[in-house]
Amino acid sequence: MVALSGWHRGQPLQDNPMEKIHERIKEKFSHAVLAIHQFRGDETAILRKESSLEVFRFLKEDPEFDFNVLMDLSAVDYLAFEGPDPTRPYVITGKGPRFEVVYHLYSFEKNHRLRIKIPVEEKDAVLPSIISLWPAADWYEREVWDMFGIRFIGHPNLKRILMYEEFVGHPLRKDYPVNKRQPLIGPKN
Amino acid sequence: MLNMGPAHPAMHGIIRIILELDGENVVGSEVEIGYLHRAFEKMSEQSGYLQVIPYTDRLNYVSPIINNVGYCLAVEKLFGIILPERTQFIHVILSEFSRVADHLTCIGASAMELGAFTAFLYMIRAREYIYELMEEVTGARLTVSYTRVGGVKGDLPAGFEEKAKNAIRETREILKECDQLLTRNRIFVDRMKDIGVLTKEKALAYGITGPFLRSTGVDYDVRRAHPYLVYDRFHFEIPVGSRGDNLDRYLCRMAEMEQSLRIIEQAFRQIPQGPIQVDMEGNVIPAAEAVDEAKMGRIEKLAGSRIAPDPTLEGAHKDQYPEIEAPEKRAVLPPKEDTYTNIEGLMNHFKMIMMGGGFGMGGHGIRPPKGEVYFPVEGGNGELGFYVISDGTDRPYRVRVRPPCFPILAALPLCLNGGTVADVVPTFGSVNMIGGELDR
Repeated sequence: MVALSGWHRGQPLQDNPMEKIHERIKEKFSHAVLAIHQFRGDETAILRKESSLEVFRFLKEDPEFDFNVLMDLSAVDYLAFEGPDPTRPYVITGKGPRFEVVYHLYSFEKNHRLRIKIPVEEKDAVLPSIISLWPAADWYEREVWDMFGIRFIGHPNLKRILMYEEFVGHPLRKDYPVNKRQPLIGPKN
Repeated sequence: MLNMGPAHPAMHGIIRIILELDGENVVGSEVEIGYLHRAFEKMSEQSGYLQVIPYTDRLNYVSPIINNVGYCLAVEKLFGIILPERTQFIHVILSEFSRVADHLTCIGASAMELGAFTAFLYMIRAREYIYELMEEVTGARLTVSYTRVGGVKGDLPAGFEEKAKNAIRETREILKECDQLLTRNRIFVDRMKDIGVLTKEKALAYGITGPFLRSTGVDYDVRRAHPYLVYDRFHFEIPVGSRGDNLDRYLCRMAEMEQSLRIIEQAFRQIPQGPIQVDMEGNVIPAAEAVDEAKMGRIEKLAGSRIAPDPTLEGAHKDQYPEIEAPEKRAVLPPKEDTYTNIEGLMNHFKMIMMGGGFGMGGHGIRPPKGEVYFPVEGGNGELGFYVISDGTDRPYRVRVRPPCFPILAALPLCLNGGTVADVVPTFGSVNMIGGELDR
């Protein structure tokens, strides 16, 4: 029984020595961590892009954290987000960076989870690939490139995965019109 | 070079595997997906929170209830809603039946591809019992859309337990027969054993979950690692393999079906009884008549009566609400008895169903507070995670699905390389690829 579902059962979160992972990371990497927060038991650490690889390597290799599984990797486009956002406390004025790349890590041995988010500016939509740490990132990074147009440096085969090569644009960006069609054969609009 | 797919008779969906061959041996392979991409994530951003539920049916279309449950649990986590206990049991019972249907389809289809057509027909017959149960509860066989944020569409119908127990008995019988047909069958075992091997380390590195991971010897199951709903109240084993080959995956799935049936039996023993068949005052009034009477202000005889709106809404009467829906006015539609007969119920219904409007109290629709959650459930193929971001409006800002097939397909070349062309078919069958959830 771990914290993740505690709220859902109407029970208080259990006292787990591994809880507050995000706070311990903040202490350890004060230069790399932009902000941390916790919402409904999901612990999140927001990292600076420059030092993300260093933190990822530590999280994977340190026996205390031991995040050996990359459960999920995706991105969010914050272009259309209105008003202040409690999940992005680092944005003080204006809209903040347009994208965030979101990693969900899981430790099989310790049975704990952590969400890592890295803000990415539209002008400089490039991130280091983590394929050398978790091979699972291969297809996930391709999907983020396909859907959001964020490139990953060091990925050996960064091409579209769900859409076809001739597709123009990145469909999950908020400024991509939902009804825009560009089929290979047939009517266009 | 050989193209397998996009439409090959032994492919379980539209997918293309490009094989590099040396005679009969596979020396290299590449998997190409995306043929069934229907923009689930983009469409979800355009719809209200309730309208996403029918889309989730189309992810893993063999076990749609699990997708419904996973999505609704994620939105409920955003709200902080705690489901009534009976609903949690209903979720568990139907999820486990879906898991059995999922495994039956996978094993049946891959056995058929190896020539065991009888086993396929037997297993589809067992699946039919389960689909009939689903139809009984939800009104549909595949696209069920049964859950709601904060509850379910309607309570279990009367006599469901008897029918479910009958289905369990029949399924057990069929599983026993298929076990005898396949597990020690020389042809089947020769094609499956030591074929498509994936090591434990590789499986974890690729983020694989579900029966595929368990066959390599890792006992990770979301139901045990992060018990959601009421899964921590049941006794069940997590079957694990040792070799990580096709035969182990087959054996894991066979054992898991038995465990799922065990969970269902325990759930029926523990489920709190709802007010099934208990009428409030014995009066049943057709919906149209109730609306007319209420318009004229003659509401005395309506109070305490049941309204019979439409057979599809059977099981969602006011007296059943406390058992199946969370007491959460922000997310749960009022019972039809209130909607049709009094202004508060009508307004509540209107505010939830309409969309648009501004922020705060003026807006319509279901509006979770701003925030982000990730909720994993154990799907048929592994961890099915929903990552939902709310910006406080009536539409989810982002819905991300972690499809359990996706990492398995990414690692498929590791299983195929070094084998022969004939091994591609059983290995691919044991993956249980579901195009709907893979391509979204």
